[in-house]
Amino acid sequence: MQILISNSSKEPIYEQIANQVKSSILAGELEEGAALPSIRQLAKDLHISVITTKRAYEELEKAGFIYSVVGKGSFVAEQNLEVIREKKLKVIEEQLSAVISNSREIGLSLEEMKELLDILYRE
Amino acid sequence: MEHVIDLHNVSKTYKDFSIPTMNLQVKQGYVTGLIGANGAGKSTTIKLMMNLIQPDAGDVKVFGQDYASHEKAIKERIGFVYDGNVFFEGLNLKDIKRIVGPAYKHWNDQLFYQYVEMFELPLKKPIKTFSKGMQMKASLAIALSHEAELIIMDEPTAGLDPVFRRELLDLLQDLMLDGKRTILFSTHITTDLERIADYIAFLNRGELVFNQTVHEVSETYALVKGGTDLLDRDTEKSFVHVQRAATGFEALTDNVNAVREVFGSSVMIERATLEDIMFYTKGRKSYA
Repeated sequence: MQILISNSSKEPIYEQIANQVKSSILAGELEEGAALPSIRQLAKDLHISVITTKRAYEELEKAGFIYSVVGKGSFVAEQNLEVIREKKLKVIEEQLSAVISNSREIGLSLEEMKELLDILYRE
Repeated sequence: MEHVIDLHNVSKTYKDFSIPTMNLQVKQGYVTGLIGANGAGKSTTIKLMMNLIQPDAGDVKVFGQDYASHEKAIKERIGFVYDGNVFFEGLNLKDIKRIVGPAYKHWNDQLFYQYVEMFELPLKKPIKTFSKGMQMKASLAIALSHEAELIIMDEPTAGLDPVFRRELLDLLQDLMLDGKRTILFSTHITTDLERIADYIAFLNRGELVFNQTVHEVSETYALVKGGTDLLDRDTEKSFVHVQRAATGFEALTDNVNAVREVFGSSVMIERATLEDIMFYTKGRKSYA
């Protein structure tokens, strides 16, 4: 599992970790049931405090991305509806970005794009 | 046992310095950093924890036991590293090991030689020829060789070069892997702490200002910058200390949410480093 921490980022370190683990899960790099490194091991590897990795895992647990078993560690959770929704939203965002860049290439304005979307959406 | 060290209503008065009443708990399995400017009471606090001095009033409990009846058992489980010469200056490390080793039930010769090698310490040179950093390493090697559960270090990084400082922090993180050990260290080099500490205990003029997780610290404290026209008796209440200049003010708050409410987006709010917190808090006379 690759995690890169920026010390100059405004985003707190625990959030950086949580977001990167989240992306790995959403991208399918971390599969359901996969074991995550222990809180203490991850702290050591990233040269940060134990309480920071603990907080990151807690956030991930709260959001339903992972679950923990006492004495065994933390694992990637079965994807729940919210997770799937987020996954889908991410895909949609990417697809829309492609639409936008295509539209820009031919000089289509935002208004024209909206109109087109309106028509297609109602069909 | 959640708290490895428990200072309860502890007070100590000297002619020129006093700790009025201190309540400080150190959590097991975590790294606690004790910070404060020179003269804030870091060393006195550590000496109280080590029973090198006794409080005028209050209780000091380590591993849930008190020193009066369990001193030997407590010390057996503590590794103490401190700034300054702990050993007889004329002795070399080998002699010291011969003297100190048998005093501990869990002394581990193999571990000792492992650390001596890792720290590149000469076994046969008298300690007095050691540099400050080497003395610290020697003290650390001895402390780590009796498998202590609690490691207390007074200014461990002070005499060390940046490379070994990093190595030391790495080593400490290694020790924390099994989750059974507890580390408490005092320092005024706060960048070290910001990397590995879980809890920060901040002392100012003999008083404990806070003992919080690093997250709680960064969620309550912040640096605020803005135009001096925004300041008045009411708005200033949200600050620990304000510094004014012709170009604007810079202030420390310990209630960042209140500042957001009062000033909204008219000020710049930045993360406060431990150094910022120490600097601005020192400017304030009393914390009560």
